[in-house]
Amino acid sequence: MPILDVQHIEKHFGTTRVLEDISFSLEQGQALAIIGSSGSGKTTLLRCINFLETPNQGRILVNGETLFDADDPATQRESEVRKKRLHFGLVFQSFNLFPQYTALENVTLAPGLLAQERPDFKQNKKAILEEIQAEGRRLLDKMGLADRAGHYPHQLSGGQQQRVAIARALALKPDILCFDEPTSALDPELTGEVLKVIRSLAEQKTTMIIVTHEMAFARDVADQVIFMDGGVIVEQGPARQVIETPREERTRQFLSRYSEN
Amino acid sequence: MLLSVSLTLLEGLIVTLELFALTLIFALPLGLIISFGSMSRCTPLRAVVKTIVWVIRGTPLMLQILVVFYGPGLMFDLPLLPRFTAAVVTFVINYACYFSEIFRGGIQGVPVGQQEAGLVLGMTKRQIFFKVTLLQVVKRIVPPMGNEFITLVKDTALVRTISVYEIIWMGESYIKKGMIWPLFYTAVFYLVVNGILTLLFGWFEKKLDYFK
Repeated sequence: MPILDVQHIEKHFGTTRVLEDISFSLEQGQALAIIGSSGSGKTTLLRCINFLETPNQGRILVNGETLFDADDPATQRESEVRKKRLHFGLVFQSFNLFPQYTALENVTLAPGLLAQERPDFKQNKKAILEEIQAEGRRLLDKMGLADRAGHYPHQLSGGQQQRVAIARALALKPDILCFDEPTSALDPELTGEVLKVIRSLAEQKTTMIIVTHEMAFARDVADQVIFMDGGVIVEQGPARQVIETPREERTRQFLSRYSEN
Repeated sequence: MLLSVSLTLLEGLIVTLELFALTLIFALPLGLIISFGSMSRCTPLRAVVKTIVWVIRGTPLMLQILVVFYGPGLMFDLPLLPRFTAAVVTFVINYACYFSEIFRGGIQGVPVGQQEAGLVLGMTKRQIFFKVTLLQVVKRIVPPMGNEFITLVKDTALVRTISVYEIIWMGESYIKKGMIWPLFYTAVFYLVVNGILTLLFGWFEKKLDYFK
C-alpha cells in the first residue's frame, strides 16, 4: 500500500483551473520530485496536500486512511484538519521562520505546544520538555547548525535559515516531508548546503515530495519525477527516465530550455 | 508667585493626564475591535466601519467635542453630559479610529507565511495569534503608537472649548489678572510629559530590537 495516494485532485481559483485531474502515489521511503515551469500548478498541488488550499475535487489518502475527500465535508472540519496536517511537513521557499524565536526555539515551539495536549503532560512536564529540547538540538546538529542554536533568524544566512526550517519540519516527525522550491530564494552559493541536507535525508529513506527547479538534483536524488504543465501531469516515471529520456514532447521542450540556461 | 502658579497649573495637568489615561484605557481595546471590523470578510460590516472611521478622522476633533457636548441637548432635548465625561467619550471614539488603522497596518504587515508556517506545524489559530503574530504586530506598531500618544497629550488642550479645566485653561485664566507668562509656562509641563513618553517608547523599541 502506498503511504500517499492522491486521487483526481482539481483546484480552481474563480474560473481559472489551476489543477486538473491530478493523481499519483508515493511509496514509503521514496522521494518524488515535481518539476515544471512557474504557474504550472506545482506549488498549489503541494499546498493542497498540506491543507493550505482546499481542492474542489478529489481525495487524499495517507496509509490507506482518507484524510480529504471533496465530496465528504466531514473530512474538512477545521479541528480535524489540524491533526491531519501533522502527517505532512512543509518547508517553504521563503523559510518563514518565526523571527522572534531563536533557531532552537523555532524547532521546539510546535512540539512543545502539541505536548501540552498529552494526558500525561502535567505529571511529566519537565521530562517531556527536556526531551523536546534534546531532540531539537539533535536535529540542529544533524543540519550542521549545532553552534547556531541560540541565534535569531536575522543573524543567519539564507542557507542556514532554510536548514533551521527543515529541522523545524522534522521535529514533528511527519510521514511525508514536502519542499516548496527550497533553494529558489537562495543565492547560488548557498543552494549547495541545503541540497546536501535534502540529499542526506533521501539517503536515510525519508519520504519526500520536492518541488524544484534543480534538474540535476531531481535526477540524482528523487526516485520518481512528475512533470507538470498547465495544471496537469504531463509525464511521470522513474527520475532518470523522465529527465534523461522523456517520452512527451512538452517535457522535452521544457528540459531543453533548462539545459540552454 | 512661581510656586503658586506651578501648583495651579499642576492641578490642570492632573485633569489633562486623567483625560490622557482614560482615553488610552478605552480607546486601545476599542481600536482593536474596530480594526477587526475593518478587516472583516463581511462586506456590509466593513463598509459601515470604514465609513465611521472616515467621518471621525475626516472632521476636526474640536468640532466633535462640541457636537458630543451640545448635540444631544440641542437636537434631542436630552440633558447635557458632564463636561469631563463628554470630553472622554469624544476622545475615546476619535482615538480608537486612529488606533484601529495602526492595528490594521500592524496585523496586515505580518507576512501571511508566518500564519501558514504555524498552520503546517499543527498550531491552532489561537496559538498562532498569541505565540507567533502578536509580538510581531507589537513591534510594528510601537513607532506610530508613540506618535499618537504624544499627539494625544497635546490634543487634550482642545477640551478647554467646553470649559474643562485642564492645564491650558488654567494658564489662560491668568490673563485676566494681567499675566501672560503662565500660559507660556504650560509648555514646560507638556515637554516633561512628552519627554517621559519619548524615553519610554525608546526603551520599549530597544527591548524589541533583538529580532527583525
